Amino acid sequence: MVQFALPKDSKVIEGKFFKDKTNGKNLRKVKIYRWDPETKQNPRLDTYEVNMDECGPMVLDVLIKIKNEIDTTLTFRRSCREGVCGSCAMNIDGVNGLACTKSALDIKDEIKVYPLPHMPVIKDLVPNLNQLYKQYQSIEPWLQVEKKSEVGDKEIYQSKQDREKLDGLYECIMCACCSTSCPSYWWNGEKYLGPAVLLQAYRWIIDSRDEERVKRLKKVADELKLFRCHTIMNCTNSCPKGLNPAKAIGSIKKMLVQHSKDL
Amino acid sequence: MENNSGPLSPHIQIYKWQFSSLLSITHRITGVINVTGFFLIVLWILFLSLGPEYYNFYQKFLRTFVGKFILVGFTWSFVYHMFNGIRHLVWDLGYGYEIKTANLSGIIVLFLSILTTFFIWII
Repeated sequence: MVQFALPKDSKVIEGKFFKDKTNGKNLRKVKIYRWDPETKQNPRLDTYEVNMDECGPMVLDVLIKIKNEIDTTLTFRRSCREGVCGSCAMNIDGVNGLACTKSALDIKDEIKVYPLPHMPVIKDLVPNLNQLYKQYQSIEPWLQVEKKSEVGDKEIYQSKQDREKLDGLYECIMCACCSTSCPSYWWNGEKYLGPAVLLQAYRWIIDSRDEERVKRLKKVADELKLFRCHTIMNCTNSCPKGLNPAKAIGSIKKMLVQHSKDL
Repeated sequence: MENNSGPLSPHIQIYKWQFSSLLSITHRITGVINVTGFFLIVLWILFLSLGPEYYNFYQKFLRTFVGKFILVGFTWSFVYHMFNGIRHLVWDLGYGYEIKTANLSGIIVLFLSILTTFFIWII
């Protein structure tokens, strides 16, 4: 049964207020989800006043400024600061995205920052993505060819047309913005693979060099694993790389029909 | 880490509604409404079979504001579900997944559903 409400120990309570001490003129309120695993208390929403005159434009700049200058206990993942690594994926202003590529100037009023939705929280903005990684592993995201001896001896050629089929798929950085934006994944995340993993599944299904297409299709051809996608399109709306997981899932569904004789 | 799992992060409480997700949940809600709507028709037939008095009572009820609201609402719900169903069929054929196209088809579905409801009740 779908549980819309948060469990009791997950309900968010009003947190601390950190007033600006730099006499800044261009202040912005930033509300951030906080949970400390050591106290075991309910998560809270802390408010920080940030002097934007002395801060970079991106939401990640704001978070780093808070950690450096206001509250060192704030915990979040970040690495490349340029939308390549996917570490700083979080829910910003109600929509998932990367803190490093989301401009604070595009947000009106308060900046609200939560961890990726419907995930177990490790600390503050750091979610536990183990389930997603296990699902990713389950689709065997590596090239599979029968004549193993030839791999490495010789290049496997691919035509320009076949290579183009990977465009819009290979760019995925597995930041999990899409999967954790999907209501279907919220309610059925244990069984439904979710947009990120299905996009990756399609990336290998459509690769002309891979020889296990039918096996891969058989693997995802499942009412729960694949067909829990109802084209809600939160995934495509949230992808920070501008990819289209909804389309990839639609393509798998279509391929299942085309390959129905082999399955 | 696993057995020491923390709270569940907020989801539907904080996620901003997208045009596409609103249309999607509307599709599901209208689907449920349609099922109860057909119950109205069954009820109508039932009252018809019970005789003219019952039938007149039911007709009278449907002519009240509440009754009309229910009928028009059901009409829209049915028409929306049908048009959006066609939208889903086009998706299943592999078309219309780009954000712009999906938003446009959503607007068309909304517009057509309201227009059709309007014309059904004008005629």
